Amino acid sequence: MSRTLKAGSRLFSLACTTEVIVVKAPAEEVELTIGGVAPADSVDARPESPAVADGHEGPSVVGKRYVDEAGTIEVLCTKSGAGAVALNGVLLGIKDAKPLPSSD
Amino acid sequence: MHLSTLVEMIESGFEDRVLLQDDAPLTGAALVARARAGAATLADAPALVYVGENHPLLPVPLFAAALAGVPFVPVNYRLETGQIHELIDRQPGALVLTDERTAERLAPRQAVRLLDDWLSADAPVDGTPIAAPAEDDDQVAIVLYTSGTTAAPKAALLRHRHLMAYLLGTVDFASAGEDEAVLISVPPYHVAGMANLLSNLVAGRRLVYLPAFSPERWLDTVRDEGITHAMVVPTMLTRIVDHLGGEPAAASTLRTLSYGGAKVAERVVREALAAFPSTGFVNAYGLTETASTVAVLGPEDHRAAIESQDPAVRGRLASAGKLLPTVEAEVRDDDGKPVAPGEFGMLFIRGEQIAGEYATGSVLDADGWFCTRDRVRIDADGYVFIEGRADDTIIRGGENIAPAEIEDVLLEDPTVAEACVVGLPDEEWGQRIVAVVVPRDGAEVDTEALREQVRTRLRGSKTPEEIVVRPELPHTDTGKLLRRVVAGDLAESNTPS
Repeated sequence: MSRTLKAGSRLFSLACTTEVIVVKAPAEEVELTIGGVAPADSVDARPESPAVADGHEGPSVVGKRYVDEAGTIEVLCTKSGAGAVALNGVLLGIKDAKPLPSSD
Repeated sequence: MHLSTLVEMIESGFEDRVLLQDDAPLTGAALVARARAGAATLADAPALVYVGENHPLLPVPLFAAALAGVPFVPVNYRLETGQIHELIDRQPGALVLTDERTAERLAPRQAVRLLDDWLSADAPVDGTPIAAPAEDDDQVAIVLYTSGTTAAPKAALLRHRHLMAYLLGTVDFASAGEDEAVLISVPPYHVAGMANLLSNLVAGRRLVYLPAFSPERWLDTVRDEGITHAMVVPTMLTRIVDHLGGEPAAASTLRTLSYGGAKVAERVVREALAAFPSTGFVNAYGLTETASTVAVLGPEDHRAAIESQDPAVRGRLASAGKLLPTVEAEVRDDDGKPVAPGEFGMLFIRGEQIAGEYATGSVLDADGWFCTRDRVRIDADGYVFIEGRADDTIIRGGENIAPAEIEDVLLEDPTVAEACVVGLPDEEWGQRIVAVVVPRDGAEVDTEALREQVRTRLRGSKTPEEIVVRPELPHTDTGKLLRRVVAGDLAESNTPS
């Protein structure tokens, strides 16, 4: 299911406990999945026994940022879960960022 | 992005983690439940004003305002009562929360509520209506009044998108361990106080508030609470170092101590590094209008500066560090053209966190650049050296002279604790240079010897015509030197009678 993402949108996996927030959204419609399943816009929609699809194992780790190779999308994981985030069927990778010193 | 998204992230990411401590510990979920209940009380209020000291639950009103989509307006409780009334009047219809001491001063002229009463009356009960999170990140999140040392205080506006750009650009969500705690001693009406609160909640660090600063209380709290992170303004750092008097701080849990908000004497930084040998030091440079920090000098830079024999590396202790990767900078001359690399000029910055806006309108130029009015140079390695406010530049006989350059020489003298150099009107030169120095404890200042020192190190035209010794210098309560007050006093006492 293709959709247009928006920076600031929160997405809730229907395949695991993963929650992400979209930090950078692609301009065009995309197919985004978490654990192989299109995520929901709220936590209420979760099924009783979620399952991660083969090839979509993560885990997604809270605090980590995930990006595609082209740099069109960035999501921030706000709750860890077993599934990985994928854009148009391709799993996102962890964004390598050198942490800044805490200034405040 | 909107702060209400951050509030939701905290609710789900730190559901069971203790983030605040009042009478009882408060988890992320409990903090947000209280903020939602608070937001429900703001249905008819266009803003939430808080005028009072730091409070252990300060994030509750800030988040309540964010969820309700109205600005949070922290007002300086140290102002004259009349000034506080005036600032509150600029937010008609706002819910005004305060602490007990301030409430006594404001009544009966203004309708106020105690923050403590608001918090307990609006404690969440089952079935409390949940405010729908606001969406529009162009809403104003925080209004901060600039200190207004020269004119009436200006209301600087920080929109949700500026704050979120800063937070997401500089802090890793949930990067703090469960054992980490930050000591907040910067007042709520200062941009560093707001940034301190938000950054540490993004990291998932427990907040410990110091209501009123004293070096003893600060050190005791660091030791008793096992504080791992803290931010102080320069006056606080100076008082901590002077209180220790060369003894070690015995604060082994403290991993990071950041300082900023005004210029710090290098002597203080060196003594602090010696007193806190296992602590990483961070110098942060930023302005209210830039939604806090735009440049940082990190722990490794501090260590390298102390250990290096290379004067360029040693000199970095006096720099504000490197710009954040999310911020662009340009140093321009008086004609607005970029200066040659390494030359002094006016600092302009641009980036998603740069608000550059007051209640009276935006001051960003057409390309989004904000003029900091700070004169700086950026060296070949990207380190930013701040010379001072452009408005403080002395023009003597057509020559531009930065007070900081002369002050640095004066401060190298072991008898001098503080120095302030100002320009006073002069018929012959346009301005003449006058220095005010504060002696270190028990020391006697030889003003002629000091003048000679400046003449040798700099040159005749930069040598103060006069050096005045005073017991103290006036500062704002966050450590900014009030140069105009110094100049005003000098001009008055120098008027021929």
